[in-house]
Amino acid sequence: MTSLSAKSPFSLSRLAIYATLLTACAVYLIPLIVMLLTSFKTPEDVLTGNLLSWPELFTGIGWSKAWDSVGGFFWNSVKITIPAVTISTLLGALNGYVLAMWRFRGSQLFFGLLLFGCFLPFQVVLLPASFTLGQLGLANTTSGLVLIHVVYGLAFTTLFFRNYYVSIPDALVRAARLDGAGFFTIFGRIMLPMSVPIIMVCLIWQFTQIWNDFLFGVVFASGDTQPITVALNNLVNTSTGAKEYNVDMAAAMIAGLPTLVVYILAGKYFLRGLTAGAVKG
Amino acid sequence: MATLELRNVNKSYGSGLPDTLKNIEIQIDSGEFLILVGPSGCGKSTLMNCIAGLEDISGGAILVDDADISGMSPKDRDIAMVFQSYALYPTMTVRGNIAFGLKMRKLAPAAIEEEVARVAKLLQIEHLLERKPGQLSGGQQQRVAMGRALARRPKIYLFDEPLSNLDAKLRVEMRTEIKLMHQRLKTTTVYVTHDQIEAMTLGDKVAVMKDGIIQQFGSPREIYNDPANLFVASFIGSPPMNFIPLRLQRRAGQLLAVLESAAGASGQARCELPLDALQGDLEGREVILGIRPEQILLAQADANGQSSIRAEVDVIEPTGPDTLVFVTLNQTKVCCRMAPDAAPRVGETLELQFDPAKVLLFDAQSGERLGVLGQAQSQVQATEPARKVAQLKGR
Repeated sequence: MTSLSAKSPFSLSRLAIYATLLTACAVYLIPLIVMLLTSFKTPEDVLTGNLLSWPELFTGIGWSKAWDSVGGFFWNSVKITIPAVTISTLLGALNGYVLAMWRFRGSQLFFGLLLFGCFLPFQVVLLPASFTLGQLGLANTTSGLVLIHVVYGLAFTTLFFRNYYVSIPDALVRAARLDGAGFFTIFGRIMLPMSVPIIMVCLIWQFTQIWNDFLFGVVFASGDTQPITVALNNLVNTSTGAKEYNVDMAAAMIAGLPTLVVYILAGKYFLRGLTAGAVKG
Repeated sequence: MATLELRNVNKSYGSGLPDTLKNIEIQIDSGEFLILVGPSGCGKSTLMNCIAGLEDISGGAILVDDADISGMSPKDRDIAMVFQSYALYPTMTVRGNIAFGLKMRKLAPAAIEEEVARVAKLLQIEHLLERKPGQLSGGQQQRVAMGRALARRPKIYLFDEPLSNLDAKLRVEMRTEIKLMHQRLKTTTVYVTHDQIEAMTLGDKVAVMKDGIIQQFGSPREIYNDPANLFVASFIGSPPMNFIPLRLQRRAGQLLAVLESAAGASGQARCELPLDALQGDLEGREVILGIRPEQILLAQADANGQSSIRAEVDVIEPTGPDTLVFVTLNQTKVCCRMAPDAAPRVGETLELQFDPAKVLLFDAQSGERLGVLGQAQSQVQATEPARKVAQLKGR
């Protein structure tokens, strides 16, 4: 291959390939570029120039205004997302470990029912969930949202971990039992250290789901406990005054950044983890 | 060092399902090496898991040093196991793997360190201690798996087909090493295999299993020379025992097994083996005559022809140390094992000699051995010197 490409670095087919790739990149990147450019413009600049025009004056005013209006809610989202992701991932790991390694009578049925949770639309559970939260005294609280996200995420995290652990030979657990390890020791000392790829998958998946969630946030939180998605919506959807597109764009970037960071940091595990165990070897 | 006794052990996975283990009775002395051998699905691995406590038994008792352990959890049984897949903990180093069981038993760090060093020295894996299992070759992983079992100095070692993932050469090496290890440590060992050569070479006692039932339990020599039924006879031995179907005849009060060959050029040949050992009225009975390939000899020049037969060679297979010669007797392909020097060519006619005392007979229907168990062996021993004398005379 290398010798071939060295012979004709500018062949027509190669040019075609690069042209296609560059076009694809542009298609994907243009929205980001537009957002970034707009967020650094002044409101007048936004109205006079076109979407892709360079800002006449780079200004951070959009970002500081955006942070002022959604910054507090950003921390709300952090307070919701981090515990919810951690708890649902840990519980999912434990569930998956039990369902894969300590099969009990009816465990297959149990797993089947649990999977059902993956297919339940959010809207279906709104009323019963709000009733439950009310009964528990968790209505309109951050803990309440955490609970909802943990419960809703369990189906997915359990599925991920169970399918990952099924590909791990039973003999490992048997060996550990003979070595004198108990249920939780085996989980903590043997299974969890082996689970890094699938933990990453769960983190990305759950983080994206929970951070980006709007429906639960708008229904089960109000005022000061709202997550950033709701705050962003409130900011963008105001109908009074002039539209400050630079602020909207900056706020949207702030709301989207954490997910982007998680993807970049843990992304290399994502595909590896999703396909782990699919092929033995 | 412990005795192991299985008393009427039963295992079933549910009332509707066939029993996985049926009335298993085994007793071995302290320091003995027990082999559980049989085809896949015979229940040998299940039996081993039951001994380890990884599966519960449905009935009977498992006794170690005369104490019933069948209700105990695996960690309290003081049994260590080497798994077929080695089951090394992938995230731990070799040191961590060996030390894990000791840590779980709350040994002092210094004692753990000492024990790991001892085991590593014993298995010559000292230079591998800081590596992860993924960085080891199959043979090295095998050693680590053994090291993990050795580290706790348990009462009993269990080996579940430990060599089946190794290539042929390494398998033979590790087999010898396991045997050496056992000779040195003298720990009671139970070893599951489907490989009859491992069974013969390693075992003090062998239990041949099929369909959850012990077909025969005895020393390798007993199993080989004196199989209890057709299954054991066919399972143990490579190349396998020859089985020739025939009908017993009687002439002048003497029970005879008649063999015939359709030796092409030399015409038909026939031989009548007198069967003194058999009791009872077996005349006209359909039986299967079993004889091992190495027990069919080339007839001496002065043989009287009473128990010899001419047969034409169909195929020869040189294996190196031996040459397998195939002839047809009673329309059945019969394998004879010969020294390469003495091997004939295809199409040649041979004079083959049988020792009637070594011939085994099985019931054609049930597959059970006819005659008294133990007889064949005692006769083998009795006739051994006699044959040597005959050979000397022949010279």
